[in-house]
Amino acid sequence: MSKVLMKGNEAIGEGAIRAGCRHFFGYPITPQSELPHYLAKRMPEVGGVFLQAESETSSINMVYGAAGAGFRTMTSSSSPGLSLMQEGISYLVGAELPCVVVNVMRGGPGLGNIAPAQGDYFQAVKGGGHGDYKLVVLAPASVQEIIDMMQVAFDLADQYRTPVMLVGDGILGQMMEPVELADEVTLPEVPAKPWAASGLKGRKKPNIVNSLYIVPEDCEELNQRLFAKYDVIAAQETRWEEYRLEDAEIVLTGFGTAARIAKSVVDKARSEGIKAGLIRPITLWPFPSEVYAKAAAHANKFLCVEMSMGQMVEDVRLAVNGKKPVHFYGRSGGMVPLAKDVLAEVKKLMAGGE
Amino acid sequence: MLQEVLIAGFGGQGVLSTGQLLAYAGMIENKQVAWIPSYGPEMRGGTANCGITISDEPISSPLVTEPTTLIVMNRPSLDKFEKSVVPGGLILINSSLVDQKVTRQDLQVLEIPANRIAEELGNTKVANNIILGVLIELTGIVSLEAVVESLKKVLPARRHNLIPVNQQALEKGMQLAKEFKNKQ
Repeated sequence: MSKVLMKGNEAIGEGAIRAGCRHFFGYPITPQSELPHYLAKRMPEVGGVFLQAESETSSINMVYGAAGAGFRTMTSSSSPGLSLMQEGISYLVGAELPCVVVNVMRGGPGLGNIAPAQGDYFQAVKGGGHGDYKLVVLAPASVQEIIDMMQVAFDLADQYRTPVMLVGDGILGQMMEPVELADEVTLPEVPAKPWAASGLKGRKKPNIVNSLYIVPEDCEELNQRLFAKYDVIAAQETRWEEYRLEDAEIVLTGFGTAARIAKSVVDKARSEGIKAGLIRPITLWPFPSEVYAKAAAHANKFLCVEMSMGQMVEDVRLAVNGKKPVHFYGRSGGMVPLAKDVLAEVKKLMAGGE
Repeated sequence: MLQEVLIAGFGGQGVLSTGQLLAYAGMIENKQVAWIPSYGPEMRGGTANCGITISDEPISSPLVTEPTTLIVMNRPSLDKFEKSVVPGGLILINSSLVDQKVTRQDLQVLEIPANRIAEELGNTKVANNIILGVLIELTGIVSLEAVVESLKKVLPARRHNLIPVNQQALEKGMQLAKEFKNKQ
């Protein structure tokens, strides 16, 4: 193993290479442009394809093509670019194609700005495109976790034949942190893809990759198949981190960068005698609802910290199911919560304030 | 130990790479480190800055909003960031480039004519490392050995011939800081 200092955006790229991804299609946008920059250099070194498309709409449809042909493939963008990709993502789901889509979120809505934000939570976990579907959504909180999660992302995509989204924000993309990298890279085993449109190879009947189910009965069957798959994913792939939760009276929660800030607030609060704990969802979908329900048995209240006006907080409220109050603290539009302000909020709540 | 350093100047002054040098040195010493650049819609010749956090504990947010040390490489950076430094914090100014004085009274301030000293060493490009030498002597944030080791990582191989002059610059800075401490 060697320890190197790496940018989050570069780590996404290196993680993809190590996970066996050899087809990248993308269009530059701050704050994720170091990722295509990195892959433009790395892909040719490993015999892969790096292609800068003319738009995000093109990128996602190129991913559709590469995934349909059976390759490990990905695209990446930041918030406005992801909005452009939604139609393609829905088509990828409909055709049950494995791929990885990265969103390094920035301030919105609209053109917004290039500062870090988490305002695309709903878009990531509640659909985003048309139709009934879910994406597996991974939310790493450090550069090391980004590297590790890229492998998980490609594995889950292939295992369940589904698009997987990895979400970060401008801070995670731009920051450098130490990461442990294996010196020897052994490419992961990729499951066989007998459904892929990669040539007849002696068969008589061609494979067809399509999301058109013109007969309603057939389309309902697709929906039921997808949701049976989602049940398995929810049962087997839910990931989260718990921190000082056992005796917590107030449970802080958040994902990605906001969770890092919340975690430091937990320590500060504990050092001042407040029993605080943390739940950090690592999969935003499937959401780790059970751990919240369990914590609601001993905690008095919850505080959800986000870099938005409050999106994940709705899922926390569903999970807590009215048993305890769920409060919210957020900054938006590219502003980042400060630990001291979150701590002040914790103290106010513990003193009985609203 | 938690040190949050903000290095600010013009783009092209080596602000970002000086910050990386510091972060690498912290990593070599097995400390928790994070480095983050300002990445606003800025252009060449515009302002650039980066925040470096070095800590014994895991780092929550890498954003440096209240630096313990501010390194100033141009005048606009002093205007912009002087007020953000924590009370009792440190400001290091490259006085070859900045003729303005710090107005706050609750800080430790050192003016270092880094470009002039670098010229005396025969290479103006090592000015940043003179200031870095002052920083490591005054704060103990990382060791000289770790910074020299990280030069090998940050400088491309074809520039490794510059390591000795950079080390000289670091040592010169440390010497200046020692003289400053003796005067106090």
